[in-house]
Amino acid sequence: MNKIETKNLNLYYGTFHALKGITMSVKANTVTALIGPSGCGKSTYLRLFNRMNDLIPGVKIEGDVLLDEKDIYNNKGMRIDELRKKVGMVFQKPNPFPKSIFENVAYGLRVNGMNHASFVEERVETSLKQAALWDEVKDKLKKSAFALSGGQQQRLCIARALAIEPSVLLMDEPASALDPISTAKIEDLIYELKNKYTIIIVTHNMQQAGRVSDKTAFFYLGDLIEYNDTNIIFTNPTDPNTQSYVTGRFG
Amino acid sequence: MISSGISSLAVLLIVIFLFREGFSLFSTSPLENKNIIVVNKTNPVSKLNAGQIKAIFDQEITNWKDLGGNNDSIILFTINDISNYFSDEEVGAEFEFLPDKLNALVDSNPTMLAVYQDKYLAKKFSGKIVNVAKNNIPDFIMGKQWFPTAEPAVQLGVAPLILGTLLVSFFAILFALPVGLATAIYMAEVADERLRKILKPVIELLAGIPSVVYGFFGLIVIVPMIHDVFNLPVGETALAGSIVLGIMALPTIITVSEDAIRNTPRSMKEASLALGANKWQTIYRVVIPYSMSGISAAAILGIGRALGETMAVLMVTGNAAVMPKSLLQPVRTIPATIAAELGEAPAGGVHYQALFALGCILFLITMAINIWVQAISTRRKMNK
Repeated sequence: MNKIETKNLNLYYGTFHALKGITMSVKANTVTALIGPSGCGKSTYLRLFNRMNDLIPGVKIEGDVLLDEKDIYNNKGMRIDELRKKVGMVFQKPNPFPKSIFENVAYGLRVNGMNHASFVEERVETSLKQAALWDEVKDKLKKSAFALSGGQQQRLCIARALAIEPSVLLMDEPASALDPISTAKIEDLIYELKNKYTIIIVTHNMQQAGRVSDKTAFFYLGDLIEYNDTNIIFTNPTDPNTQSYVTGRFG
Repeated sequence: MISSGISSLAVLLIVIFLFREGFSLFSTSPLENKNIIVVNKTNPVSKLNAGQIKAIFDQEITNWKDLGGNNDSIILFTINDISNYFSDEEVGAEFEFLPDKLNALVDSNPTMLAVYQDKYLAKKFSGKIVNVAKNNIPDFIMGKQWFPTAEPAVQLGVAPLILGTLLVSFFAILFALPVGLATAIYMAEVADERLRKILKPVIELLAGIPSVVYGFFGLIVIVPMIHDVFNLPVGETALAGSIVLGIMALPTIITVSEDAIRNTPRSMKEASLALGANKWQTIYRVVIPYSMSGISAAAILGIGRALGETMAVLMVTGNAAVMPKSLLQPVRTIPATIAAELGEAPAGGVHYQALFALGCILFLITMAINIWVQAISTRRKMNK
């Protein structure tokens, strides 16, 4: 069973055709890397799954996007906030709220009406542990999230996304603003999280894609050029464009 | 470089001028027109202050013992009473005998308090000139009586004016902040671009309307409304001033807080939405906390606008210089006092200097507010 699937998906920003007939499916509990040069549509594709593109004026979407084999766009029974509880997202730059560390993680619970104190505390602790941040912050949960380093902030954002127990985690270049040590921590984390979550990650870093992902999709100018197991994409791609991109000849 | 030098020099000169005139008040006597107060040399009272003099002339103090003297009632004498004691011939056609007559009068009346101009002081003066306390800062600020033209001693207590100003401004902000904030949120987060393009210039236009026009509006619409709704003898009250000032402060509050709200990073809002929050939860839990310092700056700037506003307040508050007890009473603000009274205060007189000193107080209040805004916006930059 496919966790996520798109069928002949087209997306337009006004008149600009940003995604051209993408058909692709992702299995549960795998890590899929979306790679490609800037402007190829990989971030746009990622944002389809929690309907973040809806915020942009002039967006038009054609085709099917399925989560657990249910359409998430043309489905009256699917509320957008319910969808976003199932599909968490981590952004490119760490973007904690101007609140305490604790309240950052608790935010998703609170806005979804889960306010019971002991439940919230327990869930915050579990999420911070899952994000490998608990030991570093357990004594300063009341401190502002801005007091953390960039890498810690990003792991806080991951914990924040995990707190509402999504089944899918979207990551939009989650390590691009971080130093190598923080990046390594995030990558370890992705590897750990795979057991519980289906992860889709956009990355510009080929080594990262190679290290963390099971499958890799190469996007170019709005087309899905090639989608296969990661080791095949990196060692024996069928398309010459993929070949030159993964070997660093353009992009 | 040169222009900034000139403008800072101009500001500095204005401030120096204001404070020089204002502070010269505190080296003058509250007695108007070079009057002196003369008593018999046997009278133990040798010091009086402005409040006591007023009380004596208002017949509130009629016995010397209330002033630290003997138990005798006070016989009050001013130059207008001269005909009760002397005929025109005795005084002389040119008042040439007046000084000696006045001296003799006080000499023969041990309980008399006489007020006359110092040019009538006799050459062989045998009475006692009472030392009148100079105008001083504590009495000026704490005093509750504002009678700047009272005879013979002016009463310069500005507490009612300061409180009136603060009261009107505070309630103006109380009215304007919720409305302004709601408008700012609507414009920044809810309204589409087309509507915003119409709303924004309209609100900016509101800032460009002359304050006299707001005053007319207040006088014609708000004052009668308050009069009817609260069934008051007069509608010109602190409440009317607060409402008019609130409307006037709206454009400042809306534009500044809208900018702050717009400055909330998109990523912050997306993070909230991605966690399943709806638009209102995002505004309430993320956007407003994030732009809080900008919103406070907007509120303080609005207060600053309200504090300094003159014309509209002058027109609708009723201008009674009494300690404000409720919103439904006439009050008088500092700028309104200066504007209304400067024209009739003789240049260089006590009243004139007192108005300048009021100007200094207003300047200090608005400067404190500006420093506060600066502090808040610095803190805001540090947070980012």
